[in-house]
Amino acid sequence: MQNNIEKNLSQMGRFGKYGGQYVPETLMQTLIELSDAYTKYSLDAEFNAELQRLLNEYAGRPSRLYFAKKLSEALNGAKIYLKREDLNHTGSHKINNVLGQVLLAKRMGKSRIIAETGAGQHGVATATVSALLGLDCEIFMGEEDTKRQALNVYRMKLLGASVNVVKDGTRTLKDAINDAMREWTRRPLDTHYAIGSVMGPHPFPTMVRDFQSVISREAREQILAIEGKLPTAVIACVGGGSNAMGMFHHFVSDENVELIGCEAAGRGIDTAQHAASIARGRIGIFHGMKSIFCQDKAGQIAPVYSISAGLDYPGIGPEHANFYDSGRVKYTSITDTEAVYAFKFLSQVEGIIPAIESAHAVAYVMKIAPSLTPNDSIIVCLSGRGDKDVAQIARLSGEEVYE
Amino acid sequence: MSKDFKEAFLNKKAFIAYLMAGDPDIELTREYILTLDKAGADIIELGIPFSDPIAEGRVIQNASLRGLRSNTTLDDVFHISRTTVKEIKASLVLMSYINPILNYGYDEFFMQCRVCGIRGVIIPDLPFEERMEIDRFRKKHGVFQIFLLAPTSSEERIISVASEANGWIYLVSSMGVTGTRNQIDDGAEKICALIRKYTSVPIAVGFGIHSRTQADNVRRYADGVIVGSAIVKIIEEHPLTATPYLTKYVHDLCHL
Repeated sequence: MQNNIEKNLSQMGRFGKYGGQYVPETLMQTLIELSDAYTKYSLDAEFNAELQRLLNEYAGRPSRLYFAKKLSEALNGAKIYLKREDLNHTGSHKINNVLGQVLLAKRMGKSRIIAETGAGQHGVATATVSALLGLDCEIFMGEEDTKRQALNVYRMKLLGASVNVVKDGTRTLKDAINDAMREWTRRPLDTHYAIGSVMGPHPFPTMVRDFQSVISREAREQILAIEGKLPTAVIACVGGGSNAMGMFHHFVSDENVELIGCEAAGRGIDTAQHAASIARGRIGIFHGMKSIFCQDKAGQIAPVYSISAGLDYPGIGPEHANFYDSGRVKYTSITDTEAVYAFKFLSQVEGIIPAIESAHAVAYVMKIAPSLTPNDSIIVCLSGRGDKDVAQIARLSGEEVYE
Repeated sequence: MSKDFKEAFLNKKAFIAYLMAGDPDIELTREYILTLDKAGADIIELGIPFSDPIAEGRVIQNASLRGLRSNTTLDDVFHISRTTVKEIKASLVLMSYINPILNYGYDEFFMQCRVCGIRGVIIPDLPFEERMEIDRFRKKHGVFQIFLLAPTSSEERIISVASEANGWIYLVSSMGVTGTRNQIDDGAEKICALIRKYTSVPIAVGFGIHSRTQADNVRRYADGVIVGSAIVKIIEEHPLTATPYLTKYVHDLCHL
């Protein structure tokens, strides 16, 4: 029997020194069962066929790899391609992961799904798929975020989910995750916690990456078909890091492709108001994983800030932390001001309103594209659409818009 | 003077009391440790404030925030231990999330534990599978890691945990986070019997226990009873004057 425990030890999802399963005892058995079920179903042809059918027929995959001609001309350098995850059903990449997890939970006999959400994209995707597959759904959302994203709160309710408003701590994504984890320890038997990013205890970082890797599997084929060669760079925004991990995964072994993750610098990484874990954080253990976190000198998790509710998280997934250590991915940070500028620029130049999260990646493209040539191509993960952000951006610009 | 845990469980059911360090401040924490010891606690768990205590219910979450507001650090906690340990007969253990310990440095942390008379640590987010994180450091300094088991723990895992159990085992009474419950189901009793098949290490039951009836029921089958939120609640209600209330509460819970 000892052997099985030790086997589980070696499979605990380590990425270099990061990852692991740092959770209360009450959840260990649940995680072991989840890990076993994921291993089983990830190799199951029928499960994968069902998932692919839902991804295609319901979520609308494959998503387009769109050549942003006008943006490329405006920046006068590299050819820029947008991986249009914003065109998925529910408006972001989040549904790729949720379809996989809820389908898995159903196979495991779970009847109830809980999830955290920051911007509301993961919450809406989870509420949507729970409705489709007939599971009860409860979403945890920080009070601050329910104000920033009021429309998404109602959207989730419309989809039949209940929304728990979390009033602890900074009242944002981190606190929503705390409460969702507490709820999972209360009801681990009938409930699956569908974590929305490549974070948390094993198997989540691996499982969520795998479900999101459809993004780069498609994008790699698409760019080769269009350009006949691999891109110079692939760029994505990073909060916990799920769209980035999905966007990078199938390019990781293409050593000549530069991979760039854009963290939220908020009001600047030299202020106290940012969410740039890699730029300003250090190693820690939190939310079930060893990774890199923004924290104070005593190891208390720091309150973080970003204009973007989806990037407003004090840590980063463990595989990202490892990619940072190994140098395979370059991490940079983008301020609120730069992101808002990119949000407006892409809207006006291409007629595509990006999610404020995705606008962080667009902002970095705007910085580097001019120094490249049309021989270079860049893929940007347009992880979500910006409808949810319009009212907030309007208010920032001094216009009262009612949702 | 704190010793190891043998005395705490010797010929009696141990009473294990939890309180949060720095709630409301360091001096009063010292006073309340002395109070709990005098009232009859055999082991005192000193909680380390943490920003995001994911295993705690509302009462201990709030105490944690008060501990942070009084700027209580690990060094303060070691100060509290060092200056009370010789005055009490109870054994002291620390209950902390792993991140403040990682941040302090494992070797330094367990060295300080040894120096300050802390014989054990309970780390709610460091399950058996991740024990190697601290294993060699705690062993080097002779500090026990009290493992937790729960109603959800499989027999396979119970066997593994039991084989390395040291000090005592913290059996979580029921699913969920800390905090008083009106009903403790009988799952804990069954798991307790199962654990005993594989180890002779004492088993104490906690999470949710606040009444005499609950405590007596746990004492029927376990070696000790752990009370946390109910004590923290008393300190929350009487931050500056908790001593008589704590004394009465422990007497009501433990004595005839």
